[in-house]
Amino acid sequence: MRFRKLSLEQKNRYYGLYFILPWFAGFLFLFIVPLLSSFRYSFSNLQVTNDGFSLDFIGLSNYREALLSHESYVRILTESVVDIAVNTPLIIIFSLFFAVLLNQRFRGRVLARAIFFLPVILASGIIASIENGDLMQSVVRSANDTTGGGLSIMKNLELAVLLIESGVSMTFVEYLTGAVSRIYEIISQSGVQILIFLAGLQSISPSLYEAAKIEGSTGYEAFWKITFPMISPLILTNLVYTIIDSFISDETSRLVVDTAFKSYDFGLSAAMAWMYFAVIALVLWITTSLVSRKVFYQD
Amino acid sequence: MKKETAAVQRSTKEKLQQRMASAAYWFEFVKKWMWMTVRFVLIFGISFVIVYPILLKLSIAFKSMDDLYDSTVIWVPHTMTLDNFKLVFKAMNYPHVLLNTLLLSSAVMLLQTVTCVLAGYGFARVKFRGSGFLFAGVIFTILVPAQTIMVPLYLQFKNFDLFGLIELIEGEPANLINTYWPFIISAALGMGVKTGLYVYIFRQFFKGIPREIEEAAYVDGAGYFTTFTRVILPNAVPSMVTVMLFSFVWQWNDSFFTNMYLNEPKVMSSMMASSGYAIATFLSGGGQAETASYVQDPFFMSMMMNTSVLMSILPLIILYLFVQRHFVESVERSGLVG
Repeated sequence: MRFRKLSLEQKNRYYGLYFILPWFAGFLFLFIVPLLSSFRYSFSNLQVTNDGFSLDFIGLSNYREALLSHESYVRILTESVVDIAVNTPLIIIFSLFFAVLLNQRFRGRVLARAIFFLPVILASGIIASIENGDLMQSVVRSANDTTGGGLSIMKNLELAVLLIESGVSMTFVEYLTGAVSRIYEIISQSGVQILIFLAGLQSISPSLYEAAKIEGSTGYEAFWKITFPMISPLILTNLVYTIIDSFISDETSRLVVDTAFKSYDFGLSAAMAWMYFAVIALVLWITTSLVSRKVFYQD
Repeated sequence: MKKETAAVQRSTKEKLQQRMASAAYWFEFVKKWMWMTVRFVLIFGISFVIVYPILLKLSIAFKSMDDLYDSTVIWVPHTMTLDNFKLVFKAMNYPHVLLNTLLLSSAVMLLQTVTCVLAGYGFARVKFRGSGFLFAGVIFTILVPAQTIMVPLYLQFKNFDLFGLIELIEGEPANLINTYWPFIISAALGMGVKTGLYVYIFRQFFKGIPREIEEAAYVDGAGYFTTFTRVILPNAVPSMVTVMLFSFVWQWNDSFFTNMYLNEPKVMSSMMASSGYAIATFLSGGGQAETASYVQDPFFMSMMMNTSVLMSILPLIILYLFVQRHFVESVERSGLVG
């Protein structure tokens, strides 16, 4: 009966609520409630018993344990943050560069794109973790290096010497050569980013480039004056995505899981996870507030 | 007339010759080819880096025991053999695991897509006080790492109850750990792997559809739900394909939730983590004395691990070969970029 007084548009707005309902139920019961109870667990000592579990409030001692007396939490957490600070710019630059390349017309573009998006499908922590400690693969690799004369380490050294002699600062050289040797890691994390950038590049109107060309701009200028500003909102999106994605699959999260399900210290694990979340939020807040000032929105 | 065209043609030919004589033409020519070469080298090189691990696994998987200790064999084995595949096939209980994974991933994919389409449309069209706040909730679910809510979720599914209903009927809350229900429930309620992202994609897409289309449908007498199913959904097919692909693949690869909810390795991603153990017990158990000694051989076990990883990603790669074109195109059309 109340609906009779509303206009069609107002009525439809309320219908829209039904569409959100399933998601909202999940949000409430599988997100907000666990989030709050996880917060509560982090302040208590949780014991699993036969009929459920028992909680004793122990104040901040879980946090104190994680920060002050846990043997590796602080170290691993700092390592993850440093890793992200190092890798994220590389991933963004790499994926933007290759998205621009893959957006050009050339023969075999379909095949190249297909290969570049393979990491989206195969990027999974478990495959990587198996690969790292694999004996057979390292045997083949070392055999390759000696027989093929590839000497990949040497090449890296030459590049480093060249750069240092030409007056580039030492830290930057180390950063670059480190990036070269971690190329697989960077590629495997940048599949989705390339996809997003590529979609963004497709949506830039060709008339902009046409106008620029008539005015006599070079391809280099067109990139910095047209492509880069037009795609800058997506740089922000990709930045956020990269940071979240790398936080989800790193050592710290493994430690949090192990603390919960291997040593059954649920309270400590919750405390670790909350501090971890706080660090992620801080990193995200700093980066977005730095970058979003430079982002160009067309409208 | 004929004369005139001939004259014009000659002049264009001359012009071309003149252009070819100038340095700028050749400069442009060389520049273009240089760029093409550089681009080819870059793309080829990176493609090689991506494909290299798969090639390596393929090469290892086809090797026999003799090739393993033959120092002349690096990439191409002397005797191609399918023994590794057969062994892993049996040890991992492959057909069973494959079927489980396929069913679980497909079910999760369908449920997630339905929920996220609905939620995305709702968020794109609903406007009331606090709707912005609700959408901030979606972003929040993307930002909060799953590890933070892992323990309560686990306990919740261990003592699962719907407002005390199950306890009333069964006498005790249901234990859903080691069943597929946690995946189904969280997918249907839009809280599965990276679901916030899918809601975001759909919302961006539906925001791009002009309201006039819906208004035209209302004028023609369609109701709200008919408009959604008959007018809006057919338009959303590209972004639905994107979301379906992503959710299938990510569910397939997800090892975090599968390891948490399933005690026994029933699906591919948890199988991979424990495949070494499974193969070892298969080889040493069951009175197979001649194969038991292989277990001590690290090279052999590593070969087995490589084969098992290859076999677990093989279905995905085959799937990718078929949908790869669609994958790239649909993301471009899905309105992911707003």
